[in-house]
Amino acid sequence: MNKEVLIRLNGISKAYDGETVLDHIDLEIHDKEFMTLLGPSGCGKTTTLRMIGGFETPDEGDVFFDGKRFNDVPPYQRQVNTVFQRYALFPHLNVFDNIAFGLRIQKRPDAEIKTKVKDMLALVNLKGFERRKVSTLSGGQQQRVAIARALINQPKVLLLDEPLAALDLKLRKDMQNELKNIQHQTGITFIYVTHDQEEALSMSDTVVVMAHGQIQQIGTPTDIYNEPINAFVADFIGESNIVDGIMLDDYRVKLAGHIFDCVDKGFGKNEPVDVVIRPEDVDVVATEKGMLRGLVTAVTFKGVHYEIIVDVKGFKWMIQTTDFVAEGETIGLSIDPDAFHIMKKSEFSGMFGDYSSFSDELEKLSDVTEEIEEE
Amino acid sequence: MKKQSVFERIAAAPYVAWSAMFIIGPLLFVVFFAFTDANGSFTLDNILSLPSYSHTFGISLGFSLIATTICLLIGYPLAYCMSRMSERARNVLTILMMLPMWISLLIRTYSLMALLDNGGLVNGFLTGIGLPKVTFIGTEGAVILGMIYDFLPYMVLPIYTSMTKLDRRYLEAASDLGCNSVQTLFKVVLPLTMPGVISGVTMVFVPSISTFYISQKLGGGVFDLLGDTIERQFQLADTYYIGAAISLVMMILILISLAIMNKFSDGGEDIIV
Ligand SMILES: Nc1ncnc2c1ncn2[C@@H]1O[C@H](COP(=O)(O)OP(=O)(O)O)[C@@H](O)[C@H]1O
Ligand SMILES: [Mg+2]
Repeated sequence: MNKEVLIRLNGISKAYDGETVLDHIDLEIHDKEFMTLLGPSGCGKTTTLRMIGGFETPDEGDVFFDGKRFNDVPPYQRQVNTVFQRYALFPHLNVFDNIAFGLRIQKRPDAEIKTKVKDMLALVNLKGFERRKVSTLSGGQQQRVAIARALINQPKVLLLDEPLAALDLKLRKDMQNELKNIQHQTGITFIYVTHDQEEALSMSDTVVVMAHGQIQQIGTPTDIYNEPINAFVADFIGESNIVDGIMLDDYRVKLAGHIFDCVDKGFGKNEPVDVVIRPEDVDVVATEKGMLRGLVTAVTFKGVHYEIIVDVKGFKWMIQTTDFVAEGETIGLSIDPDAFHIMKKSEFSGMFGDYSSFSDELEKLSDVTEEIEEE
Repeated sequence: MKKQSVFERIAAAPYVAWSAMFIIGPLLFVVFFAFTDANGSFTLDNILSLPSYSHTFGISLGFSLIATTICLLIGYPLAYCMSRMSERARNVLTILMMLPMWISLLIRTYSLMALLDNGGLVNGFLTGIGLPKVTFIGTEGAVILGMIYDFLPYMVLPIYTSMTKLDRRYLEAASDLGCNSVQTLFKVVLPLTMPGVISGVTMVFVPSISTFYISQKLGGGVFDLLGDTIERQFQLADTYYIGAAISLVMMILILISLAIMNKFSDGGEDIIV
């Protein structure tokens, strides 16, 4: 992307009560970009967004907007508008007055306000809702009012903090498309916060993966998925088997007792590495043809494919296959050279990637607790 | 409306009995006396004689409106500042606000009298630095000051409470949409704290318009307010009837002003979070 840099965060740090929340964040946001901050709850996404909105000042580092230092510019003087995590619509105003709020502060003429609010309501599919009280709106409708209220000011940048988190799955998908369309139509830079990796991958031009107040990786959704930089990113984005390996040489990696060809190079001789193999990249073959051999310990039907857990020398792999295999069966596994993604060891090595404790229910449970924490 | 279960009715019974005895009962007596004469027969004479008290109604209404307005003008900014202070400062100020409320109003009024008396502390200070004495007691100012002094906490606390309940996100949203702090105050904080303002105004206006000891002590007997008149009527045993009529009209006046205020804040109940 060759567009100009609109916002630059330069070594931003922030601590609350001695607890580091942001740890030297460096980030460039380009004009008209759809950028997503992605990471687990509590990793500092909202705080980063609030720095850009002007609601927090960094302890260390600088925020630049259009090349000018912006640290001490209050929110009302920034060409940035926010869709807050739980909308924060004004309860004493109806839909029309909520959306018109920004223009009224700018003392625009009534006629202009009327047309613009009307256009906005059309844009967010809420025609005819002008006189409704915001408390009578559903979550999805409130969310769209919040977007309209921010967009009507034609900000350079729109900040969105988990705007879809409170919506059910179907509505969330629709709104994702709608938001993407709105971004295309308006050409406004979007900075979007979510803990939902699927949402991040499907909507963004650029994804910023965060953990523990640090940026782990910045890249396009494809880059982030195919070339995760460490075990944390590989685990957070999609399903992945993360296996200890040794890079014997360029293009040769040893793992699970077998030496594989791969397409990665540039590591030291015999350097210990983390190897990512996505579940869809492992082929199930006859036992004697397999590079690895394992015992199927669980099979779940997923519609398009089966998801199976295979015990290979004590390490449980997740594999997606369209061929049926039975629990208790011993199968062979075959992996193409370009299916391996080799990563340097990091602080996250060994923390992720084994599916031994995996179960669908557990995963759902942890999703639910995450949502509750969000509240 | 939901039908009450038997249990709910039984549980509510003591409260119903209490209300009947101590709230409804006295009200009925007031209405009864307002429309009867010394022989116990129905009459409109009491009500019809009220126009001769219009001056009393006038100054009572005037004094209490002025006192309420000044309380609001002092109390609102005070509550706003309090809500933005550090937690420690806030707690200290809240206690300071509440402390006088634990002291009998009568004693507070007496202490103000001791300050303002001709031989009181203020005049002592004035003569001490060579200035002439000022007569406070018996002036309108003293009575209104007494009302403000006695009832200000009742204005500040409800407003302060609604300020602290005000979600910070609304302030941030306002700032995000271009409001500086003054605009935020008028466009967001004020409308959202209206319920607090309404209860504050009520809690100052109602006791102000019905007070009698403030005008007796600080007004030096010069001003005959509604409360004074009612008190006198009831003290002189055989004129219950006029007193009751005045009370009734005053109650209706208060109800009307409350209704107007609620209208004024329309939709207020939605705001209380
Ligand atoms: N105002 C605050 N005071 C104290 N701690 C805070 C404050 N805001 C955020 N935090 C803490 O900072 C961490 C990061 O918060 P946040 O940026 O909201 O994370 P995220 O949006 O990624 O879930 C959390 O541990 C949170 O508890
Ligand atoms: Mg957050």
